[in-house]
Amino acid sequence: MKAAVIVFPGSNCDRDVCVALEHATGEKPATVWHRDSDLPKVDLIVVPGGFSYGDYLRSGAMAAQSPVMREVVARAKAGVRVMGVCNGFQILTEARLLPGVLMRNAGLKFICRTVDLRVENTDSAFTSAYDKDQVVRFPVAHHDGNYFADADTLARVEDTGMVAFRYVTPDGIVDASGNPNGSANSIAGLFNEKRTVLGLMPHPERAFEPLHGNTDGRAMFTGLVEALS
Amino acid sequence: MSKQSLEPAVTVELAAEYGLSADEYQRMLEITGRTPSFTELGIFSVMWSEHCSYKSSKVWLKQLPTTAPHVICGPGENAGVIDIGDGQAAIFKMESHNHPSFIEPYQGAATGVGGILRDVFTMGARPIANMNALRFGSPEHPKTRHLISGVVAGIGGYGNCVGVPTVGGETNFHPSFNGNILVNAMTVGLADADKIFYSAAAGIGNPVVYVGSKTGRDGIHGATMASTEFTEDSEEKRPTVQVGDPFTEKLLIEACLELMATDAIVAIQDMGAAGLTSSSVEMAGKGELGIELTLDDVPQRETGMSPYEIMLSESQERMLIVLKPGREELAKAIFDKWELDFAVIGRVTDTGRLVLKMHGYTYCDLEVAPLVDRAPLYERPWEPTPPQADIDAASVPLPGPATEILHRLIGCPDLASRRWIWEQYDSQVGADTIALSGGDSGVVRVHGTNKALAITTDCTPRYCFADPVRGGAQAVAEAWRNLTAVGAKPLAITDNMNFGNPQKPRIMGQFAGCIQGMVDACTVLEFPVVSGNVSLYNETNGVGILPTPAIGGVGLLSDASLAVNIAFKAAGQAILLIGETKGHIGQSLYLREIHGREEGAPPPVDLAAEKRNGDFVRDLIGKRAVTACHDLSDGGLLVALAEMAMAGKLGAVIDVPAGTDEAGFLFGEDQGRYVVTTSDADAVVAGAKAAGVPVLRLGTTGGDALKLNGGDAISVGGLRTAHEAWLPEYMAGSLE
Repeated sequence: MKAAVIVFPGSNCDRDVCVALEHATGEKPATVWHRDSDLPKVDLIVVPGGFSYGDYLRSGAMAAQSPVMREVVARAKAGVRVMGVCNGFQILTEARLLPGVLMRNAGLKFICRTVDLRVENTDSAFTSAYDKDQVVRFPVAHHDGNYFADADTLARVEDTGMVAFRYVTPDGIVDASGNPNGSANSIAGLFNEKRTVLGLMPHPERAFEPLHGNTDGRAMFTGLVEALS
Repeated sequence: MSKQSLEPAVTVELAAEYGLSADEYQRMLEITGRTPSFTELGIFSVMWSEHCSYKSSKVWLKQLPTTAPHVICGPGENAGVIDIGDGQAAIFKMESHNHPSFIEPYQGAATGVGGILRDVFTMGARPIANMNALRFGSPEHPKTRHLISGVVAGIGGYGNCVGVPTVGGETNFHPSFNGNILVNAMTVGLADADKIFYSAAAGIGNPVVYVGSKTGRDGIHGATMASTEFTEDSEEKRPTVQVGDPFTEKLLIEACLELMATDAIVAIQDMGAAGLTSSSVEMAGKGELGIELTLDDVPQRETGMSPYEIMLSESQERMLIVLKPGREELAKAIFDKWELDFAVIGRVTDTGRLVLKMHGYTYCDLEVAPLVDRAPLYERPWEPTPPQADIDAASVPLPGPATEILHRLIGCPDLASRRWIWEQYDSQVGADTIALSGGDSGVVRVHGTNKALAITTDCTPRYCFADPVRGGAQAVAEAWRNLTAVGAKPLAITDNMNFGNPQKPRIMGQFAGCIQGMVDACTVLEFPVVSGNVSLYNETNGVGILPTPAIGGVGLLSDASLAVNIAFKAAGQAILLIGETKGHIGQSLYLREIHGREEGAPPPVDLAAEKRNGDFVRDLIGKRAVTACHDLSDGGLLVALAEMAMAGKLGAVIDVPAGTDEAGFLFGEDQGRYVVTTSDADAVVAGAKAAGVPVLRLGTTGGDALKLNGGDAISVGGLRTAHEAWLPEYMAGSLE
């Protein structure tokens, strides 16, 4: 599997996701600077976490208009797998690759903690190494992770299997106590219709090696390698 | 001189308004040999401010031990540098942003983080961890909630965006901070030991380059503001507080590190307090050369700025660099890539003078050396702090079952969980953070290696107030102990000396006492001071803060996988107390929270025992002989056990030895102690005896409650609820 990581000037999880990809694939992913419009031919594009252009406007709004994102959108439409983590998820919604928006957390504060997630759909390159309804633990670290979409859109994403991960309690139950940011339907990660694009607020690259406290994120990377090699 | 008609005439009265005493005004005249220009007065005023000149503290700071074989660079540069092996260096410093954070908590705290980050990456290091030490007033004070909310959001807002994890810190409350909160921020960075950058200018004719954000009118005279007491109208000083832009800081970090990877830089200095003034004076002074700047070329955010405003602005995210000749284009291309301003604003000269020109006129022509060398230096009168009497623990017996008292203590403001605070900080960006906030030290792996750095911030201001010498020693010892408790070898400290008005002999006595205690502890524990900062005049309407010499300690773990945390790991493990318990109750939180008495002598610090006990514990951790370790500090033994139980979600059965005083044993705050758990107690006990280290079998882990002597018990869940409840409820305003 060949991978590329997009780097905005305010990206700050680009190195972390590169480390995880290199572990999983055995080779360093390409890194693509935000001003570049030529992407190498790859099987997976990752839009990492961070603060793209400072995000003083709506998170991801400016990044979605950058030269490199026009190319990412074109590749995504051609079927190349695209994953946006945290700020990357915000950028993918702003770029209209995923429906809905990520609003300020319901508590109006930045939240950094490890959360429980339930895997909702394993029929994708991103989630094939997990079991359906498996509860995994990834850290979140964001100020704007409160997923919102109108009722019709929510019905559509639910009915068509677009929900990838949901915030849950440690027992796998969807309720307010397991939902850190007020996301609609406790949505933590979302696919596009074809499940070739994934956006998620939690950080799988921060649950990758024993030092992180758990390795639940590793299966996302190993699963991708298996699916795309 | 010319063009002076555009500037106010300088008089002794005007100088007084700018913080210079009559004596200092005379001294300035002797140096200049003429009446200085207004711009020059501004330069003297900030360079000779307490904040920049250390004029009241320098004579004392000189006593601190600053050397060790592993110290690469001690105090005097932007930050301290220590060798961590394999050709790598850790660069770190702690700095206060107390006055601005009280006036404008979000921006004050945010720019405090920004400033300390710049001090570290200026020297060539990539910042890898942030810490902080915060002191707020009484929770009942009407401003406290607003200040906590703003400071925490500001620290998070800045640190989270630049992508440096905030891995720990400490927060205390005390009414003495009602009018002067303390916001001390610390950054640790990583560099190659042979690629450290310094600030001394060199090379006559070399270009002086300005990079980063544009200069605006914000923060003018911030350093002077931070060098006086507050009164009730201090909030009118809001314009002296700077505004931070963490995105630009992130760009500046990346651009500077990219330039540092080339051979273009001769010297580099961030523009912090006193902005372009202190950076240019610092660079010229250290290089024993002159600098000539054309201020027209300084990138400006606003039109019509005067030379005075440009020189005194404390706009954030700016650096001054001396480049090798001919490297301008290379450097400019890097800053263009990161979309930051880049301007050649002057040259290094051989005159030894700071010359500032604008619109074709000369606004400043001063000899550089006397600005620093002849800065006022005061041996302020001081009086020792009278000792307080020891308090016998037997005179303050438990007023109820020990677990009920524990329940009250664990939820009191000074011991309640800080989760509400640290969950607002990204503690994991970089994916190298090992122990999460809530343990004895933050632990961050050195990227790409198996090594890790442990970092802690510590001070117990109420001890320092009661006995500055003991308090100063205790702050250093506790930092050393917290590093040891995760398994790290303590290497060096940075200090942040926060005190009241140094012109009062009582306050100067606190300063002198704390320094003496620190000198003693640093010497015995082989724990030198490599950087630091002094913040005086933390007084409002004549009321000073508790003396607070905050200590930031850094230690090294040769193998990151050796790090232990405080959580009980499994049922059936032995719990051992290392170190001697005499039951010291004076200045304990038990005495204050349960008996309403903040009094008595603080616990003595036996430095030889501290070292012996700590070396023994570190050795145990290095041999993987213990499964958890926690140092004993505020609240004493039972609080430490409760913290270990809550972290592990596992109870314990504890035996209180017959014949001991329960209050002293369970809640005394004797120093030099640790609790460890182990699956081979006999080996640990035998090792302790051989090493001459006191050890006591306390009991066994297991169950879902903390049980004392088989009877008195409290559930771990109940402890957690009490521990976690206070701060969120307080911040939500639901406690009234």
